[in-house]
Amino acid sequence: MKFINYLESMTGVGIYPLTSLMIFFIFFIGVMFFVIKGRKEYFDTLSQLPLTSKNDDVLILNTKDYDEATH
Amino acid sequence: MELQKFQYDNKTVKWFAYATMFWGIVGMLAGLLAALQLCIPALNMDLPYTTFGRVRPIHTNAVIFAFVGNGIFMGVYYSLQRLLKARMFSDFLSKVHFFGWQFIIVLAAISLALGKTTGKEYAELEWPIDILITIVWVVFGWNMFGTIIRRRERHLYVAIWFYIATFVTIAMLHIVNSIEIPVSFWKSYSWYAGVQDALVQWWYGHNAVAFFLTTPYLGLMYYFLPKAANRPVYSYRLSIIHFWSLIFIYIWAGPHHLLYTSVPDWAQSLGVVFSIMLIAPSWGGMINGLLTLRGAWDKVREDVVLKFLVVAVTAYGMATFEGPMLSLKNVSAIAHYTDWIVAHVHVGALGWNGFMTFGILYWLIPRLFRVELFSKKLANMHFWIGTLGIVLYAVPMYWSGIMQSLMWKEFTPEGQLKWQFMDTVTKMIPFYATRAIGGSLYLIGAVMMVYNLIKTIKKGSFLANENAEAPALENTVISHGKEHWHRWIERKPVQMMIVSLVVVAIGGIIEFVPTFLVKSNIPTIASVKPYTPLELHGRDIYVREGCYTCHSQMIRPFRSETARYGEYSKAGEFVYDHPFQWGSKRTGPDLARVGGKYPDSWHYNHMLDPTSMSPGSIMPPYPWLFDDQIDVSLTVAKIRAMKRLGVPYPDGYENKAAKDMEQQAKIIAGNLEKDGIRILADREVIALIGYLQRMGTDIKNESKRDTLNK
Repeated sequence: MKFINYLESMTGVGIYPLTSLMIFFIFFIGVMFFVIKGRKEYFDTLSQLPLTSKNDDVLILNTKDYDEATH
Repeated sequence: MELQKFQYDNKTVKWFAYATMFWGIVGMLAGLLAALQLCIPALNMDLPYTTFGRVRPIHTNAVIFAFVGNGIFMGVYYSLQRLLKARMFSDFLSKVHFFGWQFIIVLAAISLALGKTTGKEYAELEWPIDILITIVWVVFGWNMFGTIIRRRERHLYVAIWFYIATFVTIAMLHIVNSIEIPVSFWKSYSWYAGVQDALVQWWYGHNAVAFFLTTPYLGLMYYFLPKAANRPVYSYRLSIIHFWSLIFIYIWAGPHHLLYTSVPDWAQSLGVVFSIMLIAPSWGGMINGLLTLRGAWDKVREDVVLKFLVVAVTAYGMATFEGPMLSLKNVSAIAHYTDWIVAHVHVGALGWNGFMTFGILYWLIPRLFRVELFSKKLANMHFWIGTLGIVLYAVPMYWSGIMQSLMWKEFTPEGQLKWQFMDTVTKMIPFYATRAIGGSLYLIGAVMMVYNLIKTIKKGSFLANENAEAPALENTVISHGKEHWHRWIERKPVQMMIVSLVVVAIGGIIEFVPTFLVKSNIPTIASVKPYTPLELHGRDIYVREGCYTCHSQMIRPFRSETARYGEYSKAGEFVYDHPFQWGSKRTGPDLARVGGKYPDSWHYNHMLDPTSMSPGSIMPPYPWLFDDQIDVSLTVAKIRAMKRLGVPYPDGYENKAAKDMEQQAKIIAGNLEKDGIRILADREVIALIGYLQRMGTDIKNESKRDTLNK
C-alpha cells in the first residue's frame, strides 16, 4: 500500500505531459473556431432556452386560471 | 408533431429549498459562534464539542455542503427539468438524493462535534461518511443523466454543461482526496503524506471552491439571471468559451495555496501561472452576467431578485479578481495565514453564494406556491442589511489581516522582531468584534428572509406537479449538410461528461503526478524518524481538536519567520505525516518547531489555562485532556495502518508499541513531577505534550550529526 513513485518506472513518461498540452491547445483552437464561425441563429436559439418554458414566466396567482390555461 | 403532456416535479425542489434555508441559518449560527469565540474566548465553554477547533469545521462544512449544497440541488432540480422539458428521471432517486444528503449533513455535524475528523480542511469527514457521500453523489448523477437522456429538447443549454462538469469533477476530487486507510470505524489516516498530501489536499480544496461553490452557481446564474430579467444571456458565444476555459484552467491552480511552503517550486509556479490566467474566464462569466441586464438596469431598481443577483455576480467578480492577485507570490507572502484570506472567502461565500441563493429563493418560492411574495419591503430590507453585513464583515478582516501580517514582519533598527506574537493578537480583538457584528447583520437578514418566505408559503398553495407539454424528441437526427462537432458533443450527454472528465483529469494528474514521479521533489532527511506510539496518539489528539484551524506547521523561508519560529520547513520533514497538518491560518503562532522550546510543564499549564502562560491569549482551555485516558485500544491498529502506508516501523513493532508508549509517558510525567505537577501518565495531555515536544526537532539531530562527521 505504500505510496511509491510509480511513474518512475515508465520509460519515456515525458511524452504524456507534452501530449496533453497539445490536446488542449488543439481543443482550444477548435473551441475558438467554433465560436467565431458558428451561425448567429444557432446561438440565438440556444440562448432562448431558459425563456421557452412559459409556465413560470408569470406568477399564476389564481389556481383556477392556471388550470384553465393549461387544460 | 404530437405534443406530449408531462409534469414537472416541484416537490423535490421545495424540499431542497426548505433544507437550504434551514441549514443556511444553522451554518451561519455556527460561523457567528466561531467569530465571537475569537473575541470572547469564554464562549468556548470549556467543552470539547464547542471549542473553536471543532466549531470552525462544523461552520465551513455546514455552509459549503449543507447550505450551498442544498442550494445547488434546489436550483438544478428546478432548472434542469425546464431546460430539458422533462420530469426528473426518477422520483425515487430524487427522494434518495434528498434524504441521503440530509442524513449525511446530520452525521457530519455530530461526528465533527465529537472530534471525528481526518484533519484535512473541507474534507474533514471520516471514511464511512465519505463513502455515503459517494453513493448519494452517484444517485444525483444518475438522476441527472437519466433526465438528460429522456429529454424533449435537443440542445443542452450552457447551464447544464456546468452541472455536468460539477458532477464529474466533484466525484473525482472527492474520491482522490479521500483515499485513506481506516484504523477503526471513526478513524483513518490519509494515504498520502506530507508534501504529497498537501498537494492533493489543496488540489481538492481549491477545486471544491471551483466545482462546488462556483461552477454549479454559474449554471444557476445562466438560468436564473435570464429568467429574472426576462431576457437571454448577453453572449452565448462567450458562455461557451467561459465554460471550457474555466473548467480547464481552474483545476491547475491548487498550489497557489502552498506558496513559499515546502512544495516543489515548479508546482508553485504552475499554480501561479494558471491562477493569473483564471481571471480571464472568471471575468468573462461576470461580464456575461452583468451585460445580460444591458438596457434593463431600471428593472434592478424595482426587482429585489435582480438586486440580489447583481450583487452576487459583482461579488463573484471581486473575489475572482482578488484570487489571482493573492496567487502572486509577493502578495501571498503578506496575505497567507492572515484574516485577509478569511475576508476573501467570505466575499465569495456571503456575496456570491449567499446572495445568489437568496435571489433564487425569492424568485422560486412565489412561483412554487403561486402567490406574490409576502413582503417586498422586508426583502428589500434584507438586501440592504445583508449588503451592509458583508461590508462590515470584509473591511475589518482586510484591514486587520494586512495589519497583523505587517506586524509579524516588522523589525526594530537593532534587527530584533518588534512585536511578540501576542501583541499582534491583542490588536486583532476589536476587528474580530466588528467582523462578528457584520456577520450578525448578515444572519439577521437571512432570518428575515426565512420569515418572509414562510409567510409567503402560508399564503400560497403549493403546486406539486406542474403541467407542461412539449413535442417528443425525434430519434433520427436530420442533418443539414455539414454538421459541427460541438453539436455532436452537445447532443450526446455521455460524451459531454467524458470530455469534461478528460479535461479536468489531465489538469489534475499533471499537477500532482510529477511530485510522485520525481523522487528528488521530496528530498529525504536521514534524521527524520517515524513518530513514537505516544507521539502518534498525541498527533491524533492534535488532529481531533482541530489545532490546525489556528496553528500552521510550515515556516516559510523569510527572515521574519525564521527569526520568530526557527529554521524554515523542509519537505523531507513531513514524510511520515499522514495527514499533513500545515494549516492555512495563524490565529496563533506557527508550531512547526515548537518542540523543545518550552518545558513540559509549560505545555501542561498552557493546555489547562492558556492565559496563565501567555496573558491575553484567546486560545480555549482543554480541561478534558487531563481527565480522559489515552485510547490504547487503537495503538496496535494505528501502528499497523502506518506500516501499511510505508512508515518504516520495525517488524512486529505494533506489539512492542504499548510498552514504549508507557515508558515515554512516564518520562514526561516524571518531568512534570519535578515541576511540582502530579498527573497520571495515561492521560491524553501527556500524549499531546509528547507530540508537541517532538515537532520540528528531528532536523536538529541532523545538524548535530553533521558536526560530528566533520
